[in-house]
Amino acid sequence: MNGQATQTWRLPPFIANPWLRWGIYLGALLYLVLAIGSLHINWARVAEGMERGWRFVSAFARPNFAGRWGEISEGILESLTMTVTSTAIGVALAVPVGLGAARNLAPLPVYVVCRGIIALSRTFQEVIIAILFVKMFGFGPLAGMITLVVATIGFMAKLLAEDIESSDPSQLEAMRATGGSWWQLINYGVQPQVMPRFIGLSVYRLDINFRESAVIGIVGAGGIGATLNTAFDRYEFDTAAAILLVIIAIVMVAEYSSGHIRRRFQ
Amino acid sequence: MPVTEASGVKAWQRRDRRQQFSIWLGWLIGGLVFVQSWRFISEHTIWEFALDAPAQAWDLMVRMVPPRWSYMERLWVPLWDTINIATIGTLLGIIIAFPIAFLAARNTTPSRVLVRPIALIVIVSSRSINSLIWALLLVTVVGPGVLAGILAIALRSIGFIGKLLYEAIEEIDAVQVDAIVATGASRPQQLAYGILPQIMPAFAGISVYRWDINIRESTVLGLVGAGGIGLQLNASVSKLAWPEVTVIFAVIFVTVIISEWVSARVRHAII
Repeated sequence: MNGQATQTWRLPPFIANPWLRWGIYLGALLYLVLAIGSLHINWARVAEGMERGWRFVSAFARPNFAGRWGEISEGILESLTMTVTSTAIGVALAVPVGLGAARNLAPLPVYVVCRGIIALSRTFQEVIIAILFVKMFGFGPLAGMITLVVATIGFMAKLLAEDIESSDPSQLEAMRATGGSWWQLINYGVQPQVMPRFIGLSVYRLDINFRESAVIGIVGAGGIGATLNTAFDRYEFDTAAAILLVIIAIVMVAEYSSGHIRRRFQ
Repeated sequence: MPVTEASGVKAWQRRDRRQQFSIWLGWLIGGLVFVQSWRFISEHTIWEFALDAPAQAWDLMVRMVPPRWSYMERLWVPLWDTINIATIGTLLGIIIAFPIAFLAARNTTPSRVLVRPIALIVIVSSRSINSLIWALLLVTVVGPGVLAGILAIALRSIGFIGKLLYEAIEEIDAVQVDAIVATGASRPQQLAYGILPQIMPAFAGISVYRWDINIRESTVLGLVGAGGIGLQLNASVSKLAWPEVTVIFAVIFVTVIISEWVSARVRHAII
């Protein structure tokens, strides 16, 4: 009677239902075979590029800041100014949209319109929005700034609306019970509850906007991206490495200080 | 509590004088920075072009509507490529990020002085460069095409997945690992039975979330030549074929919405 001794325990699988589990495995395998089969990769070109890749990696060891310092500093300054103005304007515009997109404050028509604005601005990548604004406003930082404003509105308004919707209703009720007007309700009932997180998110968005401002220049919307694109087109890897190092340095400073500020407010 | 006395009556204020002053100073500096930045942008803008934006916008609208739906038949292959770039790129990113996260987490790293800083540097540098910039770089190295896109997505995903995953690993319940250790389990067994079950839901959630972001990002990689629907977009914008651009926008919109829905459903099922 020692049949029990052969029983062993095994780790339960992550997906409990065996049909679903094997279905997912099989589907994933099928997809991978199809997808990898349809990739057209020119391995000769890849091998050819390895030498160039190595030159790029070694360029990081001796980045050339001086060669095109004029263009680099101009691009960085453009990126920074775009970041500051677009974050300020975007955050200011996100407040009314966010209030309108909170179901517990806004009537249904306003809610639908504001949610529509948010969905539209969030679905498209910043670069795609930038293409349209460059067409409308011409090349330069203005188009980039407006792009970032649109992206900021979508991001901030969505998070603000979610915050307002999950805020404590008893405080709003208390405000209503004292006979407060709508403005007083917002000012004394909602604002104190959502303000710390809103400030934190604004700082976070400032950080994101800088990163994005480094990219939208590729389609002509101003900023360091245009300089970077030119450097790659000319195969000036040492200049490109210098630009990337400047971007990384600014991003790290921004991330560190934004983390610091967020900890203070939250 | 800051209280001032004015003609014998005590009045409560929310902040004392110093706080009030520093807040005022903060607004002043912020305002000055904003005005200076705006002046800089304004100087770099050709206002004649900017001011006719409403006319340009109207012009664009007129050209974009009616969309050329017949163009759709040439979009299926680029769309398939876009989805492949995002999915295979995410998979590659996961494969690389998974061990890096363990090396970066304080409680699982083999060496806090040596290995952890290196892992953190990998994560930070991957995170601070946007996937479009990675693509720009890779296109010059491996040549234009899907491979550059896949690698760009993978390189960007390493930092994102690595960071969130190592934070999840650091937050695990140490008691469960201790219990496994107490049974005399080896290091791999501790990992498999003590740590992995605790981070699996977070890991799956993070991966699906990143996949969703990657779908959105891979739609534009083609603008720098890294394959996918962005190539078509670039071509159509360059030749000013706006009715085609509308179709591409519609395709991107639907794809992103679907991927967002899938990701939300999966995350909801896991967490």
